[in-house]
Amino acid sequence: MTKEQRDILIFTAFGLVVLVTPLLLQGNYLLNVFVFIGINTMLAVALNLLLGFAGQISLGHAAFFGLGAYISGILTTRYAIDPWMAMVAAAVCVGVMAFIIGFPILKLKGHYLAMATLGFGIIMYIVFNETVAWTGGPSGMSGIPNLALGPLIFDSDMTNYYLIWVFTLLTMLLSINLANSRIGRALRAIHDSEVAARVMGVNVRLLKVQIFTVSALISALAGSFYAHTMTFIAPASFGFNFSVELVTMVIIGGLGSIYGSFLGAAILTLLPEFLRVFHDFDIVIYGLLLIVMTMFMPGGLIGGFEALAAAIKRRKEA
Amino acid sequence: MENSDQIIQYILSGLSNGSIYALIGFGFAIIYNATGIINFAQGEFVMLGGMLTIFFLNVFQLPLITSIVLAVAVATAVGVVFERLAIRPLKNASPLSLVIITIGASILIRGAAMLVWGKDTHALPAFSGNDPLYLMGATMLPQNLWIFALTAVIIMASKLFFQYSIFGKAMRACAFNSQAASLVGISVKTMVLLSFMISSAIGSLAGIIIAPLTMTSYDMGIMLGLKGFCAAIIGGMSSGLGTVIGGLLLGILESLGAGLISSGYKDAIAFIILLLILFLRPEGVFGKKETERV
Repeated sequence: MTKEQRDILIFTAFGLVVLVTPLLLQGNYLLNVFVFIGINTMLAVALNLLLGFAGQISLGHAAFFGLGAYISGILTTRYAIDPWMAMVAAAVCVGVMAFIIGFPILKLKGHYLAMATLGFGIIMYIVFNETVAWTGGPSGMSGIPNLALGPLIFDSDMTNYYLIWVFTLLTMLLSINLANSRIGRALRAIHDSEVAARVMGVNVRLLKVQIFTVSALISALAGSFYAHTMTFIAPASFGFNFSVELVTMVIIGGLGSIYGSFLGAAILTLLPEFLRVFHDFDIVIYGLLLIVMTMFMPGGLIGGFEALAAAIKRRKEA
Repeated sequence: MENSDQIIQYILSGLSNGSIYALIGFGFAIIYNATGIINFAQGEFVMLGGMLTIFFLNVFQLPLITSIVLAVAVATAVGVVFERLAIRPLKNASPLSLVIITIGASILIRGAAMLVWGKDTHALPAFSGNDPLYLMGATMLPQNLWIFALTAVIIMASKLFFQYSIFGKAMRACAFNSQAASLVGISVKTMVLLSFMISSAIGSLAGIIIAPLTMTSYDMGIMLGLKGFCAAIIGGMSSGLGTVIGGLLLGILESLGAGLISSGYKDAIAFIILLLILFLRPEGVFGKKETERV
């Protein structure tokens, strides 16, 4: 079986499980949690394209998520624009914005890049809080309409689940294809050594900006979906803590692994549901996870599984 | 006339905040020069300084000066533990891993502080009363004078330390070329540890002297830390005059911006300056341009 065939097989199996799950969970509140896992998976996969593939950190991705949500919210509630159109407008705006700021930001490396993206994230967070006339300020914005397809309105957990997960699966498929393409190989080359990649004829600067733009655009889409399914948004969801949470998801799952991003998103979304006490401890646990995973399991859970599987295989052969 | 009084007032409070930013920036620069790491947890030591002092003062009823000494000692110990457990084991780690680890440490310390001291803001009494002083039509608290004086003392002391003491010289040698330093018998490991100790001590002192003015809470470290970083960036990551000027400049711009334009965007000003400098002159306003070797 070639790598492509195996990828198709795994993706199909994953997709089937995702599509069947709600039938088993009918009427269960967990369905609602799974909707959020979908949104967070979309965000984690988007960040992973940048962080895991191209090796460029962003500590401000919550800002793109928030921009998507707010642009959708403002266009639909204040200008009565159709939610789907608002969503497209939000994605285009954020994409253009990311492309423009991408050039100066991605010229920076390592710690400086982290600080610049962090600064961008905090500026946007302040803007969400201060432009009260548009965003409702710290108390948030309500009455955002649900998405609809003809007579089908996405306002229940079940309909939202399918809506979100169809797009999440598409995002994952796009990312898997991207990873296996020429672009994916070029990105990994950048990750390993920018100079070597440039010598091999990769337009490093442009490619980094492009992947940053794609990543921001997907995050904005996730933001629009969030706004239209929640129908209420507030700045607190789009702050620095959420940016760090997204990085944690990617690291826990495994840098550069699409299914790892799903795993990371699922774990970080489910943990607070199962452990009520977790609410007080969450940032302590995120901090510990970040340190411990980076020190002892740099490949994340998926990398850990792979190493384990390889070890078992070797033992069998020996 | 009233307007110019106000501007003097803004500049005074800007200078006072700016001194704090300069001290925090110093902490960033000291670690950066010794290790090449930007310590994202720097702001948490500032928070620890303020919170620990209040803790010793209120819970153990110790005198202020003892509380301050103990707080600096504990914060420094946290810095040592952090270096030993999370930084030293990672030799030759990629900048990405180091960013993630120091962020992890930062939210871990912040979370622990939240669990121990709760989410409330706490106040530290001013070192010598709250009777305002008048200067050229502007009012000033005695605490502002403490801030100016202590900042000057700390900066002078570290200047003397780096210039004349054997440890200071060894640390500068490591910053310049750690391999060459280890060849002449300097223990680079010790110097890295020392840089974390000095930096957390200075950070916690900054947190202690600002606490009577701004109140202190478990989450105050992020913003102060980032602004300190901004000061260090303006100064070109040097632990010298550049960072001091950077901090004071940032403090004044911020306070003028908040007073004359909009107080809601006060915090944004520092980050806009930070982005502009990173975009236009990443080596800092006072730094020298470096070429990268590959």
